[in-house]
Amino acid sequence: MEALIKELVETYGPSGEETAVRELIDEKVRGSVDRTFTDNLGNLFALREGPAPRLMFSAHMDEIGVIVTHIDGNGFLRITPIGGVAPHLLVGQRLRFKDGVIGTVYHEKIKGLKELSWPKLYLDIGAASREAAKERVRIGDMACLHQPFVNLGERYLAKAMDDRIGCAVLVEAARRLPPSLPQGVCFLFSVQEEVGLRGATTAAYRLEPDYGFAVDVTSVGDTPEAPLMAVSLGKGPAIKVKDSSVLCHPRVRELMIETAEREKIPYQLEVLERGGTDAGAIHLSREGIPSGAVSIPCRYVHAPSEMVDVSDVRHAVNLVMKLSTRAWPLLDSGNGSR
Amino acid sequence: MFLEKLSNLPGVSGDEGAVREAIIEILQGHPQLEWRTDTTGNLLVRKNGSSSPSRRVMLAAHMDEVGLIIVSIEKSGHLKFKSVGGIDSRVLVSKRVRVGREGIPGVIGVKAIHLQKPDERKKPFKEDQLYIDIGAKNKEEAEKHVSIGSYAAFDTECLSFGEGCFRGKAFDDRAGCAVLLELLREKNSLSFDAAFTVQEEVGLRGARVASYTLRPQLALAVEATAAADTPDTKKEQSAAVLGKGPALSFMDRTLIVDRGILQSLIEAGERTQVPFQFRRATAGGTDAGAIALSREGVKAGVVAVPCRYIHSPCSVLKESDLQDTVSLVRAWLEAIA
Amino acid sequence: MNAEEIKELIMELSRTVGISGSEDEAAAAVSGYLERYTSQIWRDRLGNLIAFKGGQNDGAEPFSLALVAHLDEIGAMVTRIEEGGALRFTGVGGIDPRILPGQPVQVHGKTVLKGVIGAKAPHLLTVKERREELKFEDLFIDLGLSREQAEMQVRIGDLVSFDAPPVAMVAGNSLAGKSLDNRAGVAALVICAAELAAVCHRANLYFVASVQEEVGLRGAITAAYGLVPDLAVAIDVTHGEAPGLAPPDVFELGGGPVISVGPNYHPALTRRLEEVASADRFAVQREADPASPGTDAWVIQVSREGIPCALLSIPLRYMHTTVEMLNLDDLTNTGRLLASFARSLDRPFVEGLACF
Repeated sequence: MEALIKELVETYGPSGEETAVRELIDEKVRGSVDRTFTDNLGNLFALREGPAPRLMFSAHMDEIGVIVTHIDGNGFLRITPIGGVAPHLLVGQRLRFKDGVIGTVYHEKIKGLKELSWPKLYLDIGAASREAAKERVRIGDMACLHQPFVNLGERYLAKAMDDRIGCAVLVEAARRLPPSLPQGVCFLFSVQEEVGLRGATTAAYRLEPDYGFAVDVTSVGDTPEAPLMAVSLGKGPAIKVKDSSVLCHPRVRELMIETAEREKIPYQLEVLERGGTDAGAIHLSREGIPSGAVSIPCRYVHAPSEMVDVSDVRHAVNLVMKLSTRAWPLLDSGNGSR
Repeated sequence: MFLEKLSNLPGVSGDEGAVREAIIEILQGHPQLEWRTDTTGNLLVRKNGSSSPSRRVMLAAHMDEVGLIIVSIEKSGHLKFKSVGGIDSRVLVSKRVRVGREGIPGVIGVKAIHLQKPDERKKPFKEDQLYIDIGAKNKEEAEKHVSIGSYAAFDTECLSFGEGCFRGKAFDDRAGCAVLLELLREKNSLSFDAAFTVQEEVGLRGARVASYTLRPQLALAVEATAAADTPDTKKEQSAAVLGKGPALSFMDRTLIVDRGILQSLIEAGERTQVPFQFRRATAGGTDAGAIALSREGVKAGVVAVPCRYIHSPCSVLKESDLQDTVSLVRAWLEAIA
Repeated sequence: MNAEEIKELIMELSRTVGISGSEDEAAAAVSGYLERYTSQIWRDRLGNLIAFKGGQNDGAEPFSLALVAHLDEIGAMVTRIEEGGALRFTGVGGIDPRILPGQPVQVHGKTVLKGVIGAKAPHLLTVKERREELKFEDLFIDLGLSREQAEMQVRIGDLVSFDAPPVAMVAGNSLAGKSLDNRAGVAALVICAAELAAVCHRANLYFVASVQEEVGLRGAITAAYGLVPDLAVAIDVTHGEAPGLAPPDVFELGGGPVISVGPNYHPALTRRLEEVASADRFAVQREADPASPGTDAWVIQVSREGIPCALLSIPLRYMHTTVEMLNLDDLTNTGRLLASFARSLDRPFVEGLACF
């Protein structure tokens, strides 16, 4: 699985430019499912057919990045963020464009970090003039972090763990599913999560699943003087209770806990005070879709190097698999008068 | 074009009636067109050209403008208000407005500078310090003309000035409405849906409903976008400049423009030699953001007329940009037909 | 319902617990009332409680009105169990941490546990600390249990509700308590249903007690999508007058229900509400909302192809505290006005809503 994770996190894919990630995942997952297809926004659906109900697991393909808004007379590029990027975390970082152009971010003269804002940042791709820059980059081109994957032994370090690690978990879970399932399962690889859960919004509408699960990273409280949060690296995947986008359906959460306990999969419970996931969009689709989330604990979310624990990832794969193979209750479609 | 006529009408979000009625009047007598309204007040127009396009295309321009709503009437007859949509309250001081359906005149007065203490003079006026004065002598007289919930729109007469420029209010987005009207009225083979939407300025609300109803496969919002090609603004901070044609968005707060649509717009411009520019900013949002997330997802883009001082009582645009926007959107429609 | 029954109703609804996302107990209490006056009652996939009563439309095409009041209340959620057994927590819905120190609470663990919200004692604070407002990080819940005992009873994610029984005031026909935002609105639904129990109306009626309003109007999104009513009225609370506040931000307690105007509301609906109020001699007040005041009406209006909406609000003092206060006449008249409005509707009115 390490090779798969390395390949996924090192692929270019800021929100709206997920093509390379999608093609890679499609190739990896196609053999394990009945069919794959895409939609207008670029979501990738990988479907295992089966009787009702239908489960949907969603991991997002996109990562945070920047977009070029201006090329100045000397060939420097001005940029604005795609998703929640903190400007101070970009200073000195290398960024890469789709076709491989690389540059570094620095700032204009400032008195202190407090003055650091997007208009003060620029991207230098080593172009000696405006013309030279324009040959390599156009306004509207996007770039993402350029960081190699590193295996630290028990832990992995890389850019875009958020949420390629979720993608890797789904691809791996799909591979390991038995030939027969008690219900249909769709693995959704969604787009544009970082800019507002957009891909999951249209995908859930299209697929109309009975249950939805986001598979995404979550923050932790186990680093020095971290915000109070009872999630740590290495203690198993987290079963989400709440974040700012969703209050997970109590029944779904209980069934997730029951599954983890029965299968002896270590787990933690997660209350994330700031941040959202695809479950936020999925549970409000159409007439409502009971939803939950499997979170992979991750340090330094949205920083250039995000860290996850190898055993957490392994257990997350197992949990997604066991959630797929256990039978989920049929939902009545409401006994309304319509 | 109908910019002047449309600009002069009041149409604060939630009160787009006058604009809607004027547009319907302009549409009358064109056999290719049919239209209806929905419960939010959107005006949905279908142009049935001779071509039958393979994909349903929706153009959207919003009828509403930023403005004010009356929230209480003081004993003195002054009207307290809140802004509808994003208005910098510093632009309100010493302006004229038209209040209510009757459109009665009012002014936004302020404490005379002689009466202000030195430290008061250094602070900008906030919305809750300002009142609309319709000249009423007391609450009773004011209530004959105005009630809580009456809207007030800027009172600025649209006129042409300078070198091919227009000055007026509500160009955001009557400019877009004017562009759509040109495309609807001209006799040609194009078929498409045009939505004149409501309540864009308070959260892209009309477009969301309109796109659910129309189920487009491709959509384009025709907007007005902030140009700041003015003194004291760094070049890289101006999203667009006047006179260089419509601005094409690649991303904003509500939308990442579909790359295929962006490319087809660029090609349409290059093919027909219509000038265009890129909108060099990612702030702000448009109806296209709501449309893109409708139902199963819609490929959407934005074309915008550069416009200085939007969301103020008086904005400025160049007529050539308006014409070029019509030409570019027409060329795009022809290419995808 | 008579005055005594109405007081009993709102006291019971105030006492019941239903924090956003976990509204079962409150739903059961409301269901007990609504089932007396309606023919069908169910909960949808997100948990919205929906009660249906058919109308008599004399062969004309049926149409439906949804009356929507949110069922959920603000509360807190356990985030961590500390060394000594104290619980750290975060808010669910818009809660002001400054109202919390010294507040009796209930923690909904394996059983319901009594507790109190504590903070560092004032005499241990520096002068500078005393000047700063309290934040969630400064507060904890004391269950009187050790960590081991607490861990046997409580899990991360368990909910915390206020232990604040309602109190009927001697003066002013008023009542104070927790969760009157928006059990008052829900009580108005019940009063309306009772009013309509034995009378004819043409509209099919949905009484909707919506969930998860306090965390982002979420229940109303799916309820409106699922029911597709022809028109809807949201019933919620608005700010009541109090010292230091002045119109237009606040409304008189006892001055009657507040009808909102603004982009969120269909003008024909607000006009009809005002006409009905005037004909039936209900005193009403008027509020202008330039955008969303944060009620279910905001999402219902743009559901599917658009659903015409109105908003009726009950004036409430000290919103989002445990001592919210309302006037019982305002509550009663809100329910009765809704009933008069529902009875006034007919098919031509509904068909006119898309014509401008």
